[in-house]
Amino acid sequence: MNTRWWFLLPARVWTALFLLAPLGIVGAYSVLTRGDYGGVEAPWTMESYTRLIDPLYLAILWRSVWMATLSTVLCALLGFPLALFIARAGRRKNLWLQLVLLPFWTSFLVRTYAWLFILRDTGLVNTVLQRLHVIRTPLPLLYNDGAVLLGLVYSFLPFFVLPVYAALERLDGSLAEAAADLGARPLSTLRRVILPLSAPGIAAGCVLVFIPCLGSYLTPDLLGGGKTVMVGNLIQNQFTTARDWPFGSATSLVLMLVSALALLMMMRSPATKEML
Amino acid sequence: MSRALSVYAAAALVFLHAPLVVLVLFSFNGGRFTVWEGFSLRWYQAAVSDPQLAEGLVNSLLIAVVAGVLSTVIGTLAAYGMWRRASPVLSGALYLSLVTPEIVTGVSLLALFQWAFRFLHLQLGLYTVVIAHVAFSIAYVTIVVSSRLRSYDRTLEEAAMDLGATEWGAFRRVTLPSIAPAVAAAGLLALVVSFDDYVITSLVAGVDSQTLPMVIYAMARRGVSPVVNAVSALIVVAFGAVIVVAERLQKR
Amino acid sequence: MEAVLELRAIAKEYTGHRAVDNVSLRLERGGFYCLLGPSGCGKTTTLRMVGGFEQPTSGEILLGGATVTGLRPWQRDVSTVFQNYALFPHLTALRNIEFGLRERRAADAREKALRALELVQLSAKRDSLPAQLSGGEKQRVALARSLVLEPQLLLLDEPLAALDPRLRKAMRAELKAMQRKTGITFLFVTHDQEEALSMSDKMAVMNKGRIEQFGTPEEVYLRPSTAFVAGFLGAINWFGKAGVRPEATRVAYTAPEGLPARRGTVESRLFLGNCIHVHARLAEGGQAICEVARDERQFTEGEEVWLHWHPADELRFE
Repeated sequence: MNTRWWFLLPARVWTALFLLAPLGIVGAYSVLTRGDYGGVEAPWTMESYTRLIDPLYLAILWRSVWMATLSTVLCALLGFPLALFIARAGRRKNLWLQLVLLPFWTSFLVRTYAWLFILRDTGLVNTVLQRLHVIRTPLPLLYNDGAVLLGLVYSFLPFFVLPVYAALERLDGSLAEAAADLGARPLSTLRRVILPLSAPGIAAGCVLVFIPCLGSYLTPDLLGGGKTVMVGNLIQNQFTTARDWPFGSATSLVLMLVSALALLMMMRSPATKEML
Repeated sequence: MSRALSVYAAAALVFLHAPLVVLVLFSFNGGRFTVWEGFSLRWYQAAVSDPQLAEGLVNSLLIAVVAGVLSTVIGTLAAYGMWRRASPVLSGALYLSLVTPEIVTGVSLLALFQWAFRFLHLQLGLYTVVIAHVAFSIAYVTIVVSSRLRSYDRTLEEAAMDLGATEWGAFRRVTLPSIAPAVAAAGLLALVVSFDDYVITSLVAGVDSQTLPMVIYAMARRGVSPVVNAVSALIVVAFGAVIVVAERLQKR
Repeated sequence: MEAVLELRAIAKEYTGHRAVDNVSLRLERGGFYCLLGPSGCGKTTTLRMVGGFEQPTSGEILLGGATVTGLRPWQRDVSTVFQNYALFPHLTALRNIEFGLRERRAADAREKALRALELVQLSAKRDSLPAQLSGGEKQRVALARSLVLEPQLLLLDEPLAALDPRLRKAMRAELKAMQRKTGITFLFVTHDQEEALSMSDKMAVMNKGRIEQFGTPEEVYLRPSTAFVAGFLGAINWFGKAGVRPEATRVAYTAPEGLPARRGTVESRLFLGNCIHVHARLAEGGQAICEVARDERQFTEGEEVWLHWHPADELRFE
């Protein structure tokens, strides 16, 4: 037995016991029956999966995919110009990158709480607007889809900026000059040269935003206040309050499946294929 | 075009930083509400003297340190082993852990623990949180250490073995010292992600093992208290300091 | 002749130094021009100002008689062949060549691009991506991509520097032929004096941001106006204030009558293939190189010799 085997052993044991085995258990639970006091019992059944076709749950799944898609699109629209700016910032590149990533490194919970603090009825925005006599009663800024979307975009924007910046930074600066030289205006250069060449970075950024948004739990929980239920909240609820573990397990597997599909789809996109 | 881009970038930076700046600012507010009533440290005093917060902090630090050390050791050894020769199964499993939604990781571990408790007379506690944190931190550590190893010259190790060192000796006396800064950075990163985690922790923590994020979450759910602002401000500053140190270490 | 490009006292200042200092130049339509100088002399900056990538701090640039100072690259009827070619990696050779034509909404873009591809003898590679092309082929695609737009002036920024030495020499003749065939004015930037001498109709030698001399290769080589130009274009022996090129310096065992001469000792002989260079240490101090025929068997190491030359071959500067 060589030395390398011993180096890998602890990681192999830990991932097998505490990453793969739990997922295996979830897989098994998803085809079992709910026990009377929580837990699971025989017999084997596909009932948990068929229950997911219920319009109520399909709507939650659909809403999650929709919110994640919207967040991804918004992150792309907001993040691309930012990444472009940083890539062109010359010697200040690293400073800008650090500044963009800095909030990302502070606690996720704190960042979400910050929006709670700003958006709630007695929060910063409503207080200021009331003091300025713009409004009389507080605007309902919190506990809706918009607040959740804002929280998701705020939390995951750096996930889009980073890979796109990396792709843009690798681009040879003379390519944009060559395009301009051949008669392309800046927007045309963007469309015909910069966008196609940074497409792999954009695809990576989309995956990195879409997947955590799809499975997000804390943001809809705090900023959606139970009104905006996403699939993550559904799973949490099944494992805690509702104590329907088979159904929670089935939902978990479907969530992972959709995430994997998204990952495959974006990795297979023609833009990325060209660079692979 | 480039001017419009600069203006936009400045606005984006404000969007990213303003919420945190406002939060920190109002932690020094004298009043309870979102109206400035003069500078005061009363919420910091309240935070420091809150027993729940203190207990949460102690628990969180304990978990973060133990999980951080464990995942750094396991992750570094794994990164080194995979650097010697690729291990598709292990790296596949680690990538899977990165793309698995936190909530799924949490419930799957909960399911595992509950299943194991049928045979063992144990219950959820701090140690289950440590196990869970190590499980999701190994991937982060491995990524940081692997990226350092990618630029590490293999011939150094061959030279050490040529001079009579065993494989383990070459790793401990030659490779490990030169990748030490990256290992330390990875450890700090693991510390931060462990300290920060709420979703997984809340599912696998025992009733008597509340962590700081769990206490903050409970306070935030109850309604906004300036005490949370004060604690948040402290966390922002502490995280910032740790990350700056980690960045410095990684560049070395 | 009409001037295609006129630089009127252009300067480019970066914080703390003048990269280009008061450069004036007039290029006539249809010629092959070179801008020669050591690295950092300001030649590339000058070219980039003509291309529109940098704006001069002062001075004026005229293209075909009209001022283009302040116009952006896409507004100027000039085109650049970049040092690294800057081919778009996601587009085929043909698509690269079509790029500018499509920007101009040319109706016969495809046809023109195919003809340009034929001109550079790359019809077979029309669907290849840049990564699949050799260095020489990339160079030709870059050339075709610019030429197809029929610019008033083609700028070439050390386009041969990235090629291997053998190909570099072959490309000289090809570039010159291409210029003659298309009739487009070429402005070629290089630090290689052999390239400049062999291709130019007229060349400008730059040093420290200024043009030191502008003339035909013969003029510049044979009658350099400054010591820098003389030294940059080829080796030179200094005998007091007089400079003499190695090929005009003779070597003999006895002092010739009526010609200027110096005593020296042969230090080494270097066989260069087409000739031999005899390196001699002068009695008065300093060194001199003398070019002799390759079948010359005399003048071996350690021998005492006389170096002499014809006064007409002397180069003198203030």
